[in-house]
Amino acid sequence: MFTESMLESIRKVEATRAQRMGMEPRRMSAQEKDELLKAYHPDYRPDGFKEIKIGPNKGQKAPCELTDLLHSNSRLLQEHIDLNKVDYDVDVLVIGGGGAGASAAIEANQAGANVMIVTKLRIGDANTMMAEGGIQAADKENDSPVQHYLDAFGGGHFAARPELLRRLVMEAPDAIRWLNELGVMFDKDADGTMITTHGGGTSRKRMHACKDYSGAEIMRTLRDEVINRKIPVVEFTSAVELIKDDRGQVAGAVLLNMETGDYLVARAKTVIIATGGAGRLHYQHFPTSNHYGATADGLILGYRAGAPLLYQDTIQYHPTGVAYPSQIFGALVTEKVRSLGAMLVNRDGEAFMHPLETRDVSAASIIRECSTRGEGVETPLGTGVWLDTPMIELLHGEGTIEKRIPAMLRMYLNYDIDMRKQPILVYPTLHYQNGGLEIGGDGFTKAIPNLLVAGEAVGGIHGRNRLMGNSLLDIIVFGRNAGKAAAARAADVNLGKMNLDHIYSYAEELKQADAVHEGVSPLLLPNYARHERKEK
Amino acid sequence: MENMVNVYFFGKKYSVPGDLTIMTAMEYAGYTLTRGCGCRHGFCGACATIYRIKGKNELKTCLACQTQVQEGMYVASIPFFPTDKRTYEIEGLKADQRVMMELYPEIYACIGCNACSKACTQSLNVMQYIAYAQRGELEKCAEESFDCVGCGCCSVRCPAGISHPMVGLLARRLTGKYIAPKSQHLEKRVAEIKEGAYDGLIEAIMQKPITEMEELYNHRDIEK
Repeated sequence: MFTESMLESIRKVEATRAQRMGMEPRRMSAQEKDELLKAYHPDYRPDGFKEIKIGPNKGQKAPCELTDLLHSNSRLLQEHIDLNKVDYDVDVLVIGGGGAGASAAIEANQAGANVMIVTKLRIGDANTMMAEGGIQAADKENDSPVQHYLDAFGGGHFAARPELLRRLVMEAPDAIRWLNELGVMFDKDADGTMITTHGGGTSRKRMHACKDYSGAEIMRTLRDEVINRKIPVVEFTSAVELIKDDRGQVAGAVLLNMETGDYLVARAKTVIIATGGAGRLHYQHFPTSNHYGATADGLILGYRAGAPLLYQDTIQYHPTGVAYPSQIFGALVTEKVRSLGAMLVNRDGEAFMHPLETRDVSAASIIRECSTRGEGVETPLGTGVWLDTPMIELLHGEGTIEKRIPAMLRMYLNYDIDMRKQPILVYPTLHYQNGGLEIGGDGFTKAIPNLLVAGEAVGGIHGRNRLMGNSLLDIIVFGRNAGKAAAARAADVNLGKMNLDHIYSYAEELKQADAVHEGVSPLLLPNYARHERKEK
Repeated sequence: MENMVNVYFFGKKYSVPGDLTIMTAMEYAGYTLTRGCGCRHGFCGACATIYRIKGKNELKTCLACQTQVQEGMYVASIPFFPTDKRTYEIEGLKADQRVMMELYPEIYACIGCNACSKACTQSLNVMQYIAYAQRGELEKCAEESFDCVGCGCCSVRCPAGISHPMVGLLARRLTGKYIAPKSQHLEKRVAEIKEGAYDGLIEAIMQKPITEMEELYNHRDIEK
């Protein structure tokens, strides 16, 4: 239910709709985009960042909330963990039960390794489950992995690591084939041709989808396969610190039972960090589209053990988060809504930008519209712009919204907003961690032997901005690769004596640098209970 | 003060702002959630919840993250429900009626009460997709169950002990793998990459200096 002032603005949107239907808004030039980003993108706000005082990225900047966690001590500092009492002993330990972790576990199991997943919530409680729009792969006649590379490299501001991006685009079609063989129901024509659309910044229509439940369909299939293969999944159990051996190799992790508070020891010949993103740290007080457990735990574990971060200062704000109603504030409105033709329109009914610019440019453009230009629509929690969803039905016929984006329709109908008839209000939401732990082309960290990283916890695959549909792709491609590589490596690993020396030396370094932040890290769960909240 | 309502979490009364969801109201009341909280946006099914409005006898089911609180709401979350998933090797299965008979025979014990559909947090026609499964119409079962988030509210209410989300999941996997037509263009591209058709081209683009890449990117043609 919209307020009276919102309804008044909707009438202006309706008044310009017919005229807008016939035109395509101009795309910005490279220079315009550059200036826009510098002036309005949150990555360029100096007060959102703090310097990291110790460790491999000492002297570099990270979001304040992440820096605080990097400057916090281990919760094990005051505990006495008996590393000789081993509760789990495996070849491959996968930390995280999202798309990357599940893919890794399936491939490691397929390769014959003894693999186990540990996850702080349930398997599938992950950003993968919430990815709506789709997954990219250059598998059509007019497309190629090279074109995909160019789109992703340019969209990421020419900062992606070439050896990582190469793997992403070259293994993309096989990732789709693998998922399809597992039974993922992709949208297809009657003859089997994949129904593909554009995403922001793509030059070919290569977005494959499963309605707007793309990630959910992939995740529930992967989860089912993990269970079918009887791969052990230890749920409601967090990894709180990596364990190393006396040769400096990773040797497992200390685990925390989230319900009983017990600590457990997992010994492993190889460890895959697949812990996902950081949206629940609410950088710069943004709402987030991320799941409850997205608290950057893997970054903290890896960094404390000596693994460097890459591009930890670049964050993706999804341009279209829900701005209204408040109950779903910050939830994702899939980019597919724009792929299907809905325009971004300001409060006076003007289409102020091309709807398919890259995410960083679109987010900055909406922020400009709502701030200095004063063209935003006021809401109880801030401002927003219109996403003119009725255009979709006009462009593609009645029933398109129900068929292609049923989750969006359902989410809004819960609050008596029918997006087929009325536009919806959106504003950028904290969506994705572009940066993360640095890995080589083989999936291993360069600093710690036998430690791998996959999925959103990796930095460098996408550069400084990620295109829609390349994240579902990267969790599959890099998850599968990590599983295979870890299983192969585990055959040759001999572990020495296990220790937690690194957490003590890290504490000492923090103290020397006078950088100790109060509290402990990793965070594990956000502080949402009223008595835990810091007043903002 | 904003509009407050009285709700009862596990029978205990709390006064909370009326515009909150059940989930955020629990946090407002002071709960730190571990169980019963996942994606918080209606996709994962972690927050299956049952409630009853004081003075009314109807028992309702919902997702705590997608449902606004109401005055007099008695709420209990379902932290875990023992759905019965059968394990199988997808490679060896055949997409026919027999697969359902073998893996989920209890679907034939459905008494047609429709409690599953009434309990569905996604408003799906659950009983209908179980009927499709009974008849071996796997593709229809897959379509009808597609928006299932696996919260398990249907199974909680089922007198026949059916694990509906698992039946839908099996139908979807069989449909995706065996029934839907193969994508020839996908198979072709996978083979081309395997044969090395793009190795030289990808090496070449990886070696290009940034200035040349900027030029290529800014002037690339975009499919209409």
